[in-house]
Amino acid sequence: MSMKPLCVKLSVQPSRGLVDEKFTILVQNLLPGFQLTIHALHQCEDGHSWEAFAHYTADATGTVNVSEDPSLDGTYSGVEQMGLLWSLRPVPGSKYGLRMRKMNVQTPMVVTISVYQGHRTEGFLDQVLLASVMVERWYMAPGVQRVPITDGKLTATLFLPSGPGPFPGLLDLWGGGGKLVEYRAALLASHGIASMALDYLTPQITKETGKMVDNDYFETAYRVLEQHPQILGSRIAMLGLSFGSTVTLRMAVYSQVVKLSCAVCISGSHVQPIGGGLEQILASFSKHAYKTRLDENNQVIWRDLMLPIPTDPSLKVDMGRLQCPLLLVVGEDDQNWPTHESAMDVKEMMDQAGNSHLLTVLSYKNAGHLIEPPFMPFARASTFKTITNPPTKVMVLWGGELVAHSRAQEDAWRKTLVFLRENLYGGMKHGASFSNL
Amino acid sequence: MGLLWSMRPVPGSREGLRLRKLNVCIPQLVNISVYSGHVGVGFREQDPLASVLTERWYMAPGVRRIDIKEKGVRGTLFIPHGPGPFPGLLDMWGGGGGLLEYRAALLASHGYASMALEYFNPAEVNTAELELNYFETAFNIVRDHPQVMSDRVGLFGLSLGSIVSISLAAWSSVVKPRCCVCISGNHTHARGGTIGDVFNEFITNVHKVRMDENNYEIWRGMGLPIPDDISQKVDVGKINCPILLVNGDDDQNWPTVESAEDMAQMMRAAGNEHLLTRLEYPDAGHLIEPPYSPHFRATKFLKDGQKVILLWGGTTKPHSDAQEDSWKKILAFLQQNMYSSSGPRAKL
Repeated sequence: MSMKPLCVKLSVQPSRGLVDEKFTILVQNLLPGFQLTIHALHQCEDGHSWEAFAHYTADATGTVNVSEDPSLDGTYSGVEQMGLLWSLRPVPGSKYGLRMRKMNVQTPMVVTISVYQGHRTEGFLDQVLLASVMVERWYMAPGVQRVPITDGKLTATLFLPSGPGPFPGLLDLWGGGGKLVEYRAALLASHGIASMALDYLTPQITKETGKMVDNDYFETAYRVLEQHPQILGSRIAMLGLSFGSTVTLRMAVYSQVVKLSCAVCISGSHVQPIGGGLEQILASFSKHAYKTRLDENNQVIWRDLMLPIPTDPSLKVDMGRLQCPLLLVVGEDDQNWPTHESAMDVKEMMDQAGNSHLLTVLSYKNAGHLIEPPFMPFARASTFKTITNPPTKVMVLWGGELVAHSRAQEDAWRKTLVFLRENLYGGMKHGASFSNL
Repeated sequence: MGLLWSMRPVPGSREGLRLRKLNVCIPQLVNISVYSGHVGVGFREQDPLASVLTERWYMAPGVRRIDIKEKGVRGTLFIPHGPGPFPGLLDMWGGGGGLLEYRAALLASHGYASMALEYFNPAEVNTAELELNYFETAFNIVRDHPQVMSDRVGLFGLSLGSIVSISLAAWSSVVKPRCCVCISGNHTHARGGTIGDVFNEFITNVHKVRMDENNYEIWRGMGLPIPDDISQKVDVGKINCPILLVNGDDDQNWPTVESAEDMAQMMRAAGNEHLLTRLEYPDAGHLIEPPYSPHFRATKFLKDGQKVILLWGGTTKPHSDAQEDSWKKILAFLQQNMYSSSGPRAKL
């Protein structure tokens, strides 16, 4: 059918939601069998445009429901309710190696969902648009408060949930790229956990003194949470991704100050020289830098730097001493860190020590390193600016395959929230492993 | 949704309050809290166990709000996001006057370019000079807007706004609505005259106003009996577009159900009854608003510069059910008649 139907009705419900909420896209008033393309467009904060699209055919009632009908082709195929978000990719002509990250969480991510006639794959801006709606995706729920933290020389932002509290607390750490990245902490606060995003590689104090922070810095951050009038000092967790996991495990096991109710480590490893500070850990990576490989596109693979997993106990965290529940989330196609191998070694250490009832491992086939909150676009590789002085820019291969990685993000986030809720909000019984997740 | 539709003024509030969103560009904020035990009073003196803030919006993202002041017409036009063009609506409230934007904003969020029309100032209804051509001009402003489909413009009214809609649909040679939604309206007034005249005509029966046990005014008697004389009524047999009537059978302000019954008989006799759809709701009152709005059984009204309290009628739960059900059906009716590719279809 090539006739343009008179009045296409497009709706996306809800039109305003949190970034981890699902929406339903409905197109109505088409002619039966009508071929259309549904397109998503987002312009991110640094000005780059991202798009996704899918080809549908209207059913006998002249309707397309993205939650129920299959995409025949496009940036995703099959029945994928949220495919228009997680399959977003830079528009043709964009720079290579982009990664989408929202830095200002006080404004929403705005996505324009549009309907075009026919099965299109390109040139969307020149086509005749049948209908279009704007959708807002928020990291901060209404009522969540954003509180910049500078006490104790910290560079951090605390997000307090809506309501009187008190709330459980969480220290949120990102990885080796540094900076103060707030969005995951904002989202966790939207789920009822007072969360502090902490910059520990490029904080103000390091910029001023040239020195990296030491364990005190993390203990200070923990204390700020513990002493906050709206936070339950006895229910504090840590969540780290990549290098943030390195710090999390070190604090969880060795710190006399930090007493965690639970810990979540995404794409991390327990492999690190014990004793010493962050500089020593980074130095140990540099020592093995000769193990860096390049893929066929000259993208950097760093997973071998930590392999083989050492047997020497001074080179990894003594996981047998862990006393709180731990959730490990790893992607089996992680090309940046050997996270799956590390997780297996952690399990073995804990089995031997008799505390493996504390451990839950979520391991995802064909998922890569950057396991983020759900529905965020996937980057198999992206430009990475090191925190060395001077910094260098490399194209890092994170790994993963689009569909598997997106499913992993959705599943892991759901289970992470369950894990955190059970351990932070639940009864005082610790130590349940989450085989029912 | 009971926590929204059952909201009422807190103890100690003034009598006769009505909750209406005036600034539709920002959301209505509602705090949902959990308290320990089965509590009925003193919420503000206790600390809740937990509390969440929710935002309720009348305007979807991307909907544009445009002030209209042209050709003597005053209103606000809301245009949905997207390339358009869109079907259009002229949205009219009742005898309280002023400019209420929220329903037009909500209709735009559902894909209809809607203009909320101001047609007199509050408390000036009986002196309002406006004749039918004010509304014709307003209708044409919507119709002629570049983002509106000129052959798909409808009328949406409540109370006096419905009376205007029914009059336009039957008598106007200028306005050809694609369909009409008339909530709590009636057809019992003679042709010609201004809005003020229409209103004053009702008020000639002021001796028929009754007071209830709280001294709230019940006006429905003023509209009875429905005259037999066709010259005293809008000639609804002349309507040639689908029309949806939505009424509550506990309407204490006007005999809207009796009026709808009489309209049906007139249309049956004229042969255009197939255009009529009637929704009638048991124990619902006069102010049938978008869903989840609290129910107002009686509220303040300015009559001749005096503050009185009018009894609108309805009981909270059935009235709220009516609001929810009628809105769904209104949207379906609009979609069928304004968006559908085939010709206008009357019955839902």
